[in-house]
Amino acid sequence: MSVTLIDSQSVPAAPAPPIARLYLLEARHEFLRLLRTPMFCIPTLLFPAMFYLLFGVVMNRGTVSGGFIPAVYMLAGYGVFGVMAPGLFGFGASVASDRDSGWLRWRRAMPMPPGAYLLAKLAMAMLFALLVGLILALIAVTLGGVRLPLSSWALLFAVEVLGVLPFCAIGLLIGSMVSAQAAPAIINLVFLPMSFLSGLWLPLMLLPKVLQDVAVLWPAWHLGQLAYAAVGQPNSGSMIGHVVVLAGITGLFLVLARRRLARG
Amino acid sequence: MKSVAVLEFAAANKRYGAILALDSLDLAVRPGTLLALLGPNGAGKTTAIALALGLFEPDAGSVRLFGQAPHALAARRHIGVMLQDAGLPDTLKVRELLTQTCAAYAHALTLEQCVRMAGLDGLLERRYGKLSGGQRRRVQFALAICGRPRLLFLDEPTVGLDIEARSIMWQTIRTLVADGTAVVLTTHYLEEAEALADSVAVLANGRIVAQGSVAQVRARVAQKRIRCISTLDVAVIAAWPQVRSAARDGVRIEIVTDLAEPVVRALFAADPALHELEVERAGLAEAFVEITRAAA
Repeated sequence: MSVTLIDSQSVPAAPAPPIARLYLLEARHEFLRLLRTPMFCIPTLLFPAMFYLLFGVVMNRGTVSGGFIPAVYMLAGYGVFGVMAPGLFGFGASVASDRDSGWLRWRRAMPMPPGAYLLAKLAMAMLFALLVGLILALIAVTLGGVRLPLSSWALLFAVEVLGVLPFCAIGLLIGSMVSAQAAPAIINLVFLPMSFLSGLWLPLMLLPKVLQDVAVLWPAWHLGQLAYAAVGQPNSGSMIGHVVVLAGITGLFLVLARRRLARG
Repeated sequence: MKSVAVLEFAAANKRYGAILALDSLDLAVRPGTLLALLGPNGAGKTTAIALALGLFEPDAGSVRLFGQAPHALAARRHIGVMLQDAGLPDTLKVRELLTQTCAAYAHALTLEQCVRMAGLDGLLERRYGKLSGGQRRRVQFALAICGRPRLLFLDEPTVGLDIEARSIMWQTIRTLVADGTAVVLTTHYLEEAEALADSVAVLANGRIVAQGSVAQVRARVAQKRIRCISTLDVAVIAAWPQVRSAARDGVRIEIVTDLAEPVVRALFAADPALHELEVERAGLAEAFVEITRAAA
């Protein structure tokens, strides 16, 4: 194309800025944004800890039977409950508000690499998941008398930090579809029922049979089984199966959200 | 020799459902010039900008930004953008917003330069959400210019600014254009276009209905405005030939006419006591109203 030839002579290619610094700044500022949003950090960091303290430590009557240790079982359950929030709210609510405010539109016009935005949010969701996991572990060790082998702790943290991914993808899809005002309510409609129906608040065996049967539908249930297995608590299903389901959900929701966001 | 266009529309069409938002738009923007895009709401200004920024693709025709597709990152590294409806994260400080945006360019301005050129004194440590509307506009302007763009898009940049802030922004825009930056400006303030623009394109119904220098566009309309102090009845004057309108404002009357001389003669004949007579050529505002009304 002759036009391109002329232009390439007169307009030098725009030099790229140092990309690593750009990505790091995005991540740092995403962290600051979350930290300065008390409506996000306080519930995200405090609720799982409060629930665990109440149900896993204070009200724990220590009925240990057949390897089932309530303080350990609930550590895994509330851990999964705790990492759902940074994924769902960190992505869902913040993407919806960045879309509503017009910031995403401006970023698409400016020379901001689109990946930096998503990667920063992803890194922060994983960081907050790790923080939730660490707070729960601290309570478990100091107040709950929980003792686990190092390998179990490592596996549990890995499940928590990587387990945030499917919820990021679900949050991203919600954030790409609904308004900033509606997002928190809609996310709560996903978050709270799913954590209950996946047996993260009360062990599933205490719930009606029909709810136990449909639990396989919820991503949080699959993540829960992985977390129980990590700390040697009763769980069901094949571990590979759970990983495949969670990876599939992540992929599916990412593709749907991408299509949705590409339409502006 | 004419320099190569940094932004070029060639027969660009964009349709939203049944509405043809842009109808075969041809437009070129060259380095060191400021093009003002004018037109009533819904004329296609926003659509033209969105195509230039790669936010939408044209249905037909082409839009080239620095010879490339507008959504190419390499093309966008040459531009800075101030959009009318773009919010920024409320919880970030001005310093953080500037640092992050500067980091997207290889040769960005320093923070001190941004502060000076956009009038951000004392705002760096403030959170964006705590700023007034005018302060937010200045921050958005700073973000648009911080990467030393070769092409700057300014969508209604001075809405909500006080006179001093507006004059700082105008001064900076003039300096940038003098240094070779191309600017595309959309504005409702016609005096802004008159003060800054090298060329003007008036859009109506997705088409360019007038294009040229400010003087050329203004010359499209031959209207003159006559002001004077007189006791004459404006309803009577309005009925005179060649008078388009006549209105009273206190002791003054204001008459818009196609031909000033016979009207002035008639005025003196009717009221010898008439005084403080002024006759002036219509500004861009009148030209604009006239052109877009003719196109409707």
